[in-house]
Amino acid sequence: MMALYLRDLKLATRAGGGALTGILFFMAVVAVVPFGLGPDLKLLAQVGPAMLWIGALLASLLGLDRLFQAEREDGALDMMLMQETPLVLTVFVKCLAHWTASGLPLVLVSPLLGLFLNMEPTAIFATMLTLLAGTPAITLIGAMGAAVAVALPRGGLLVSILVLPLVIPVLIFGVSAAYAAVEDPAPFLPPFMILTAITLFFAVIGPAAAAVALRASSE
Amino acid sequence: MPIRLRVDGLGASRGEDPIFREFCLVLDAGGALLVTGRNGTGKSTFLRTLAGLYPADSGTILLEGATDPTAPVRESLHYLGHRNAMKRDLTVAENLVFWARFSGQAGDPAKDADDALEVVGLGGLGHLPFGYLSAGQQRRAALARLLVAHRPVWLMDEPTAALDTASERMVEALIAGHRATGGIVIAATHQALDVPGAQMLTMSGFAVTA
Repeated sequence: MMALYLRDLKLATRAGGGALTGILFFMAVVAVVPFGLGPDLKLLAQVGPAMLWIGALLASLLGLDRLFQAEREDGALDMMLMQETPLVLTVFVKCLAHWTASGLPLVLVSPLLGLFLNMEPTAIFATMLTLLAGTPAITLIGAMGAAVAVALPRGGLLVSILVLPLVIPVLIFGVSAAYAAVEDPAPFLPPFMILTAITLFFAVIGPAAAAVALRASSE
Repeated sequence: MPIRLRVDGLGASRGEDPIFREFCLVLDAGGALLVTGRNGTGKSTFLRTLAGLYPADSGTILLEGATDPTAPVRESLHYLGHRNAMKRDLTVAENLVFWARFSGQAGDPAKDADDALEVVGLGGLGHLPFGYLSAGQQRRAALARLLVAHRPVWLMDEPTAALDTASERMVEALIAGHRATGGIVIAATHQALDVPGAQMLTMSGFAVTA
């Protein structure tokens, strides 16, 4: 399984792997916000956590459709379906590698982008923490969509649309936890715990559902 | 214990059209089956059904004498499809080492990969990206994948596609070698492959004659 993890990381970082695409998109989205909203520093700080979350959400949806499609196109998916290793585990490891290559970098650049948006250190740290807890859920949910759309040649948009309703709760609890850290009366922990619970929940449901969809799609 | 592949009453269809029906086959250790037939008669579907990648309408596939009798048959198979299952951006050796590890093969995968590449005539090319190779060389690298992890039954779909005559002899030698060690080979091809003592199956569309 370590072999699969390392292979997917290698593929993501080599030419055409697309690990950078997500980060660049994320940076582009967040970098244009100050220009769009104008130089109102207070307003920027206020929308900061939400902008970071929306940017990260869209950026993580970007490369998801290729998660299984690339494997299917070169026939590797057939081999994965035939192994002794349970398919659920294969899917989980692929999600993990995908998140390491394209989700984790988003978390890591978010403090820098937080500065663009005039966010306070507490808000930046809280947003980073919620992104760290929430972005794996996006990948795991996305794996279900990617598995369903694996046979479609241009499934990218379809994956995003299939997945969007399911990732809305992640966004809601991620943003509300990030805001709770800076706005006094609201408690930080409850929304953060729910966010973590969503991630854990989809760590189980996501790979299982994706494995079923992949088995059904083979022909 | 020598293995025996037993297929009973197998049938599959594409949509409403049956491809084959009530197909029975027994292959002992060292046995081989050559599947021939025109394009579109269902050779690939037949192999994919055996591999468990395409749903069968009816019938059973059993591998007697397998190390773990409860495991699905597909885990004892190597399937070489039309597509080579290799990543263009990784080197040939990286690809092979990955498949060896992923298939749970014990031992030293790097050395096994080198040896396998030597056998298929790609010795010394392991460091090149897979996408850098010619079509025939890619096919040979894909054949090397069968060697880096042991599976008792090989299913080969057009193994000689894109290969030159010398490499076709190499494929025949690979098949003979695998059968000599008690393996079973089922190959679909329209090249004349020299596989001594192989059973023949000619697919002719809806009616199958074995």
